[in-house]
Amino acid sequence: MDAESTPDDGPTRPNGKELLDAVFLEARAKLIDLAAILDRIERYGGAEDYRLDAFHRALEELARSGESDRARRVLTVFSDPTEEPVERPLTPGATGAWPGGSRGPAGP
Amino acid sequence: MRYIEPHGHMVSRTTDDYLAMVTAGCRAVCEPAFWAGYDRKSADGFYDYFCQLTDYEPKRAAKFALPHFSWLCLNPKEAEDVKLADDVLALIPEFIDRPNVLGIGEIGLNKNTRNEMAVLEKHIDLAASHERLILVHTPHLEDKLKGTRLIVDALLNDKRIDPGRVIIDHVEEHTAPLVLDKGFWAGITLYPESKCTAARAVDMLEMYGRERIWLNCACDWGVSDPLAVPKTALEMRRRGDSEDAIDRVLYRNPRAFLLQSPRFAAVFSEDAAPAERG
Repeated sequence: MDAESTPDDGPTRPNGKELLDAVFLEARAKLIDLAAILDRIERYGGAEDYRLDAFHRALEELARSGESDRARRVLTVFSDPTEEPVERPLTPGATGAWPGGSRGPAGP
Repeated sequence: MRYIEPHGHMVSRTTDDYLAMVTAGCRAVCEPAFWAGYDRKSADGFYDYFCQLTDYEPKRAAKFALPHFSWLCLNPKEAEDVKLADDVLALIPEFIDRPNVLGIGEIGLNKNTRNEMAVLEKHIDLAASHERLILVHTPHLEDKLKGTRLIVDALLNDKRIDPGRVIIDHVEEHTAPLVLDKGFWAGITLYPESKCTAARAVDMLEMYGRERIWLNCACDWGVSDPLAVPKTALEMRRRGDSEDAIDRVLYRNPRAFLLQSPRFAAVFSEDAAPAERG
């Protein structure tokens, strides 16, 4: 952080408990929505799909405590891990998860 | 409250949006060249678009007392067609000295292909040879991390490029440090359905600091909010940020970057206009 962004420069910076109070119901609703989405996909026969695989790996990162960098780790799970430019894209547009794994368009 | 909207595709917005932005405290809007939602068939379409960005749209904004600036390029979404890209790049020098043109942007990558890389390097060369600022678009979703690394490497490979004169936009938690650690400016884009929420944007300000960062809404023809930047001030207040901190992030930061353009400095005359480089 630079000198102008020290966390005490505001008059009423909340503590962790106050932040939790402010966001808990919103976060709870989002979590239940995710659970319902996964249930719905299973109820409709499931899907063998690289996006769903990535989603489950991201959920593991979400549950893993550590260095307060869950958002970065989840984003990285969905990211293309390769380094070189490609001749042709694997998908015409971005799909939200890298399709180069075992169940993607470029998989075996 | 005052703010600058440094990235808005105003040709896609209504006059009601202009009114709302000015009412919320917007003091200037900057419009990078953008993908139209469909691939243009020839450079003639870009010629008309560049006329719109440099002539008609500033007049539309002026009706709301809002200074309008633009950036020129062929968007990476259309860079797979190298012949079209060359034709469009050849047009830009005709427009680059118009009074509201800040530089070259939003250039970058879309799907991280070799053709996109080649067109990106040509845009970087164009900006360097005309000593102009650069605004960079980073790819969407799964392509962002790799694309940001490729873009940073391409910029650093050109020794004429000063990272302090380049803003790399649409950063998220996994790419912001890659950009800031190399001395570039970073843009955080506030989108309702992708990119970043106001809460995550403020998280990043807390984690990575307020230096060399701006916020933008990138409002366009899709689901987007032209008031996303001033709304983020509310999230900053909820975290206890001071009004001075809000002013710095929403107004003084983008102004500091943009003042490197004499065209911007000419309008914001209360600030000393830096000399054109070179």
